[in-house]
Amino acid sequence: MDDTKLNTILDKHHRDPAELLAILMDIQAVENYLPKDDMKQVAKELKIPFSKVYSMATFFATFSLEPRGKHICTVCMGTACHVRGAARLVDQVQRDFEVEAGGTTDDMFLTLETVNCVGACALGPLMIVDGEYHGNMDAGKLDRVLRKLKKQDAKE
Amino acid sequence: MARIDSVSELEKYRAQLVAHRDPERKAISVCTSGCIAYGADKLVDAFRQGLKARGLDDKVDVKTTGCHGFCERGPLVVIHPGNLFYQRVQPGDVDEILDETIEKGENIDRLMFHLDDGTVMACEDDVPFYKNQKRLLLKDNSSLDPYSIDDYIALGGYGALGKVLAGMKPDEVVTTVKDSGLRGRGGGGFPTGVKWESCRNAPSDDGVRYIICNADEGDPGAFMDRALLEGNPHAVIEGMIIGAFAIGHPGKPQGYVYVRNEYPIAVERLGVALEQAREKGLLGDDILGSGLSFDIRINKGGGAFVCGESTALMASIEGDVGEPRAKHIHTVEAGLWDKPTNLNNVESWANVPLILDRGVEWFTAIGTGDVRGNPWGGSKGTKIFALVGKVNNTGLVEVPMGTTLREIIYDIGGGIKDGKEFKAVQTGGPSGGCLPADKLDLPVDFDELTKVGSMMGSGGMIVMDEDTCMVDVARYFLHFLADESCGKCITCREGLVQLCSIVDRICEGNGKPEDLELLDELSETVSEASLCALGQTAPNPLRSTMKYFREEYEEHINEKKCRGGVCKSLITYSINDKCTGCLICKKKCPQQCISGEKDKLHVIDQSNCIKCGVCMDVCKYDAVDVN
Ligand SMILES: Cc1cc2nc3c(=O)[nH]c(=O)nc-3n(C[C@H](O)[C@H](O)[C@H](O)COP(=O)(O)O)c2cc1C
Ligand code: SF4
Ligand code: SF4
Ligand code: SF4
Ligand code: FES
Repeated sequence: MDDTKLNTILDKHHRDPAELLAILMDIQAVENYLPKDDMKQVAKELKIPFSKVYSMATFFATFSLEPRGKHICTVCMGTACHVRGAARLVDQVQRDFEVEAGGTTDDMFLTLETVNCVGACALGPLMIVDGEYHGNMDAGKLDRVLRKLKKQDAKE
Repeated sequence: MARIDSVSELEKYRAQLVAHRDPERKAISVCTSGCIAYGADKLVDAFRQGLKARGLDDKVDVKTTGCHGFCERGPLVVIHPGNLFYQRVQPGDVDEILDETIEKGENIDRLMFHLDDGTVMACEDDVPFYKNQKRLLLKDNSSLDPYSIDDYIALGGYGALGKVLAGMKPDEVVTTVKDSGLRGRGGGGFPTGVKWESCRNAPSDDGVRYIICNADEGDPGAFMDRALLEGNPHAVIEGMIIGAFAIGHPGKPQGYVYVRNEYPIAVERLGVALEQAREKGLLGDDILGSGLSFDIRINKGGGAFVCGESTALMASIEGDVGEPRAKHIHTVEAGLWDKPTNLNNVESWANVPLILDRGVEWFTAIGTGDVRGNPWGGSKGTKIFALVGKVNNTGLVEVPMGTTLREIIYDIGGGIKDGKEFKAVQTGGPSGGCLPADKLDLPVDFDELTKVGSMMGSGGMIVMDEDTCMVDVARYFLHFLADESCGKCITCREGLVQLCSIVDRICEGNGKPEDLELLDELSETVSEASLCALGQTAPNPLRSTMKYFREEYEEHINEKKCRGGVCKSLITYSINDKCTGCLICKKKCPQQCISGEKDKLHVIDQSNCIKCGVCMDVCKYDAVDVN
């Protein structure tokens, strides 16, 4: 991230170390992950140790320290989704794309993430693909969603 | 409209709003909370475009509302006036709704709710799912536009605040909340008024006191707080302003809402609501001319369950990682930045305006026990539950405290999905437990659930059927908690990992008979020696399943059997003679280990099967069994 952009984010949060979490979220919103150089820069600008920035970035599940893929597929692993077979959905994406949960495919096509509930538990199992929510998932539906994604990409 | 400067002006403003409202004005309310997962946003677009095309866009309102409750039947639409209830509405239905219902006033039978015997239920209130509830907090969710403070004010909103500011002293408000018997809805059930009193009485050298709303809603499988914030954010804000007056006035009360990052719509709606409240002078300096100054900021969480714990939450607001601290000194005395701090859950705050508006007597008439002179003496008011899992009518349910599990799961929830057998209900989230069928007649309140080894928690209620493996459920929670442990105490950090590995090996068929004793022993250590409630309650799901479903553990260990058909190492899939030879499973099997010809019985090659369950999922003829 260039300095101007970073400074805009820092200024928005009054360069207040208490707002570190929000600052890191804003950086991730732009970069799709937390680049190490940006974290270092944040530490320098806020005059806090890098270790503090790093511990924040590793403590919270929302942050990714690695670049993420073009598409992000998030499977809910909350209790309601679990009892309705969420683990099978994760397995299926893992098999289909040869990617581990939390990882990204080698071609940077897709990142598979899990989340502990997104608050639509009545429609479980639930997954979010690029921000779009899909409820009551099963193997067949998942297949359709992922195939659509691949097709859409082949077209581009 | 500019600032409202006094309580009498507020009442005048409300009267004006009501007078100018046409009671016959049509409005279409679309749930855009959970129903988003059914594509409700596309439905809203379709309604807006359709109205525009008909030149009706300034005559009919489209409201994007919070969760109406009956998620199972979403996307949900309610048409006003008359509360006409349409379910499973698709964008393709929109033209018909506009032509028939909006323009001609005709009901569309296909979209209405039908009982099994065919009886049509036109209004929300007639549908058994709603009829058997007592919706005090959620009742406005299907008519209120959360983006409009005027909607809230027209329905009487901020009236309780007006009443408080015009005629009550702060300690009278505290006493009222105490007498109401309101107990914290975040899980612990601590009497809210008692907490307020301690915080009010705690010394603060510069008069600063923090008023915080806990909207971290970490219980996976629960979405009550989301529904309130997205459906009726002003109710929560009003509760907090009343709290600020009661606890921090005169002085410098300051407010925070800590919302989980996974709720972007809640963050947005709350932000809009706060801005509107500021414009009206309901937040900021000299609220309604009373001298009270108070404002609220939003802090977003970062996806850590432990941040819902009070001290961790405060550490997170201060800009640290969310690690709990020991509570030798209570947070009401020294919480956020070492100032007296009062933290309450979203639903607790939302109850406050109701209590102040309708009075102690009204509130204490709902619920269990007797709280006169003893705020611990019962559980008063209603509680919202997220009724989910293997139940027919999934959704949000609000019932009086003391309603039995059976009434919730069967009368409201419509029983178990697909005619299966009930096995257990999980309440209290990762700190709670699983209760078996013989506890179904238990009245649900704070004390009853604790007595049987579960807890009320924040309101997640996950129904499990015969296809659920209780060992797997315990394993699920243990892994969840091991992941979410902040790592500060060794018993929680390492103890949970050990519990996981023992339960893992039981699920994999390598359990030993002495494992059960080991689990007991280790559970005790973890709960006794951990610092915060995450660790202290972490063994609860394990303990309750070991207590009520011990035979399943024994089967896993001794017979290498998983009766729920869940634990992969202990099951096999096979095809029965219902197979029509449709070829689907053969095509979909990732291992290509199903053989068979068209119209002939198919067979699974067990040596290559990875037990992914895809064949069972895709078979339309119920021909795949799991043993
Ligand atoms: C690990 C852990 C997670 C918690 N998560 C939440 C939560 O998500 N929401 C909540 O309101 N309370 C949560 N609590 C309870 C809070 O610590 C606190 O008791 C509550 O917010 C107080 O509000 P109440 O008295 O209105 O319930 C959690 C507690 C623990 C130990
Ligand atoms: S009990 Fe667990 S979550 Fe709580 S402080 Fe200790 S390690 Fe952290
Ligand atoms: S999907 Fe079912 S019916 Fe079709 S071939 Fe497979 S087992 Fe037989
Ligand atoms: S469980 Fe999976 S691998 Fe085994 S037969 Fe069925 S589809 Fe194939
Ligand atoms: S458990 Fe999956 S959305 Fe809540």
